[in-house]
Amino acid sequence: MQSRGSCSSIWRNKVKRRRRQGGLWHLVFLLPSLLGVSLFLVLPFGDVVRRSFTTAMTGEFCGLDNYKNVFQNQAFLLAAQNTLKFVGVCLPLLLAGSLLIALAMEQLPFLEHAKVCYLLPQAMPAATVVLVWRLVFEKQGFLNGIMGTKIDFMEGGASFGVLVGTYLWKNLGYTVVLWFAALKTVPVEVLEAARVDGAGKIRCFIHVTLPSLKGAAYTITLLSLLNTFKVFREAYLINGAYPPREIYLLQHVFSNWYTKLDFDKMAAGAVLTALVLGTGAFLMERKLGIASGEQKERG
Amino acid sequence: MDRIKYKNPGEKISAVCGRVAIAFAVFALGSLFLLPVLILVSGSLTDAYEWRERLAPLLLNTDGRIGWHWIPDYPTGEHFRRLLFYSPEFMKLFWNSVGMVLVILLGQLAVGVPAAWAFAAFEFRGRRALFFLYMALLLLPFQVTQLSQYLVLKDFELLDTRWAVILPAVFSTFPVFLIYRSFEGIPAELLESARVDGAGEFRIFWQIGFPLAKGGILAAFVLSFLENWNRMEEPLAFIRDKSLWPLSLYLPEISIEQAGFAACASLITLTLSLFVFALFRDSLEQGIIAGAVKG
Repeated sequence: MQSRGSCSSIWRNKVKRRRRQGGLWHLVFLLPSLLGVSLFLVLPFGDVVRRSFTTAMTGEFCGLDNYKNVFQNQAFLLAAQNTLKFVGVCLPLLLAGSLLIALAMEQLPFLEHAKVCYLLPQAMPAATVVLVWRLVFEKQGFLNGIMGTKIDFMEGGASFGVLVGTYLWKNLGYTVVLWFAALKTVPVEVLEAARVDGAGKIRCFIHVTLPSLKGAAYTITLLSLLNTFKVFREAYLINGAYPPREIYLLQHVFSNWYTKLDFDKMAAGAVLTALVLGTGAFLMERKLGIASGEQKERG
Repeated sequence: MDRIKYKNPGEKISAVCGRVAIAFAVFALGSLFLLPVLILVSGSLTDAYEWRERLAPLLLNTDGRIGWHWIPDYPTGEHFRRLLFYSPEFMKLFWNSVGMVLVILLGQLAVGVPAAWAFAAFEFRGRRALFFLYMALLLLPFQVTQLSQYLVLKDFELLDTRWAVILPAVFSTFPVFLIYRSFEGIPAELLESARVDGAGEFRIFWQIGFPLAKGGILAAFVLSFLENWNRMEEPLAFIRDKSLWPLSLYLPEISIEQAGFAACASLITLTLSLFVFALFRDSLEQGIIAGAVKG
């Protein structure tokens, strides 16, 4: 909310969003959802929190012991590190790459025909991806055939790259579509005005286009983050419960604890993960928030 | 797009070259992205014998390479025939999936849309906090709450029934989050004037809010469809009876020795998603980001 380019402030007048105050009408609309959410999401999570302070076997209160165990657990630390790295690599690549493609499509409208190619992967079921990936990335696969090498891309450091590639391949099209729609909401008059005032393409982009994409950026980032967790499906189907250490993700740890009945560690790990995700969501909401809806900006 | 005036011919040439390069890059990457789908199409028409021959290096783990011809030596429809006419379990799971997804979407329509409306149209204590909670719940990976969800479902005796997958999905906060934005885009003055004219709250929701946010709602449901159509973790964890499984769990059961058959099953699984994509493409593109009414 700090400094903004001069040209964008012309059209941004803050209108305080007025909602219907008082009354209990909101409850009528919200209650069914609230009940279900409490029952199937909040209540289970409450149970997780409770379990994180008790032992798995006897259910006695054990203070922070589980958390200490989790922090000393090599598998958890490795997985947390990998997951952070994965999100850290994937999110910027996806967001920037798709924004670039969307911009290209906006400038050269005939490129929109390529959208279909980008969207198809999203519809591909995880199990199918695995089949094709084996053909492409195995030691005897196509990629090695093209490059004349004998690398097993499913193992070692390369597996991380394959997973990042899988994520980008699956989600790029959908993110391009979202950016593209968002670009259409950038007010043309302001762009024109800026151009008349002598702003170059790049300055227009930074001072007019980018600020007005803020709300969309929030939704898109959140959806993309959500989808980073879904790559687990592919990772699991390719390599099973114990993949190469480079792509040992938090979900691997959780599902392995689950099968080993390590419910106490699982609960403590879950609470920690939720804390990190919650903080991330909170910061994002503060920075780009639409949920607040306190300032409704309109052209 | 308006015509840009160039100072000299050189500048014009470089601008044109730039565009050609961009266009080429976008199409090249797009074609690369398309390859796996083409592999599937070609693979589904390749007969089992040829597949075995091609995959021999992989299956026997020798030094050779997997062979590939985009056009199979002897194109065949055997896999499609086997899948559609001689695999009753495939059809069963297909309809399981269709039914499950339909019920989930209907449930979300009945529960999620009004909830999004409540967040967008009314001011009440704890609104922001509650919305934030909805958002945070959205982010939790399934594995985190797996155990506790299992226990809750067990208490309600829902395990091993379709409802074990359907009910938690109906109350997913995903559609609420997406649809909220579209409702939020409706000018408050419009709702206020409807109230002044004496319209009841249900009427305002049904006759003003719903139609104006239709694009966004549709878009949210397209995404929700995709999400639920490919759902794997929940059914795998909560349903042991394989005859109740959705289609997404049928595919992993096919081994690579039956690659042609698997490719075929994948294509059919994919087709419905494509169909939905194609049908609602416009609303998907406009609905989610644009909001309902632009001021």
